[in-house]
Amino acid sequence: MSAETWAIAQFTVLMALLATALTLPLAIAAGWVLARHSFPGKALVETVVSLPLVLPPVATGLLLLWLFGRRSPVGQALDALGIEVVFTWKAVVIAMMVVSFPLVARSVRSGIEQVDRRYEDLAATLGATPFRILRTITLPLASRGIVAGAILGFSRALGEFGATIMVAGAIPGRTQTLAVGIYTFVETGREEAAWGLLLLSALLAFGAIYVSNRLVEARA
Amino acid sequence: MIALTIDVTLRQQAFELHVRESSAVEVLGVFGPSGSGKTSLLEAIAGIRTPDAGEVRVGDRVLFSSASRINLPARERHIGYVPQDALLFPNLDVAGNIDYGVRHSRRALAGLPQLRSTLIDILDLGPLLARRVQKLSGGEKQRVAIARALMTQPAVLLLDEPLAGVDRARRDRILPYVLRIRRDLHVPLVYVTHDEAELNAIADRVLHLEGGRVVGSAAAP
Repeated sequence: MSAETWAIAQFTVLMALLATALTLPLAIAAGWVLARHSFPGKALVETVVSLPLVLPPVATGLLLLWLFGRRSPVGQALDALGIEVVFTWKAVVIAMMVVSFPLVARSVRSGIEQVDRRYEDLAATLGATPFRILRTITLPLASRGIVAGAILGFSRALGEFGATIMVAGAIPGRTQTLAVGIYTFVETGREEAAWGLLLLSALLAFGAIYVSNRLVEARA
Repeated sequence: MIALTIDVTLRQQAFELHVRESSAVEVLGVFGPSGSGKTSLLEAIAGIRTPDAGEVRVGDRVLFSSASRINLPARERHIGYVPQDALLFPNLDVAGNIDYGVRHSRRALAGLPQLRSTLIDILDLGPLLARRVQKLSGGEKQRVAIARALMTQPAVLLLDEPLAGVDRARRDRILPYVLRIRRDLHVPLVYVTHDEAELNAIADRVLHLEGGRVVGSAAAP
């Protein structure tokens, strides 16, 4: 296994961990709101949250490319702050976050929906505020769904290709991830290097599924 | 001794709950068959369910009033609630459950270490403190839930069939605990049950509910 292969694998795992860590709080907030609150336009929010799940990742990537490009207000604002996103590692993380977010949010939501609301009602009679109840009762009791969601999101981030190649490109040593690397190696006739990346991808996927199954068993 | 004013209308799927009661007693018993609205009544007092109309007062504190649009959230009501199935938080051990309200509420509470040891003594919880709640018997769960509610120094303690999940032989061992709360801590109780003998042992006054209506109220014999 070449140093290049290892470097790509390390970079991908690091980006996926970062993306998962950043996605989790957002997904917990979204999952909680969707599980425990009703408000006008909820169906619309649900649809938007799930959109990256059904949209082709390349299309999501195109949207991100526009959003963080110089022609959108967001891109201009970031540019004014001297922050460059497109074709950098930040774009890799953002692409991973966007595609994994719906999976994590759904898993968190169903985890929270399985928590008996009467525990929350009872905690309120003891004087706890809604935020305290969320932190001390709801989230600990929903931890299985949250952990499962995090692992699912991490796995999805590891394999992310379509959105990444659009918004981050395939710059060797800078934005090249496992999935993107396999594609570019095959394209440039470096099949052997591509097989090395494939092997590492398979090992990582195996590890993630194994850990998640063990966690589910341990808590059952 | 506390004056409790309950005048609530609560529409349910099966029936409409109408209760009007104003009493100054130490233990108000609520008696009725299952489905008569006993639990709904307690939830309306605790602030878990919002009545469609009416008023709930403890002393001069208005907890709910549809006329003056007052509806204090449960966390500000200072009502202790012990549901029928105790509902101990499964992610915490016995001590964590007992201390929950103290740790997570912003109420100013005085004399806590004393209260805690008194409760542990009265309810005989010493040997249970480090146990996981899943390992407790029905009666032990009830005692822990009672301590958890009393630690927040509620103005009233609501007990929903505290003996229902407990087998006959052990019932006679829990009732004395409840009587000690009444005698030693002077916390007014609303005690719900479908067992008349229990009420005769503990209540000063009994409301008889059927199908959501009060069909009788009387001072206990």
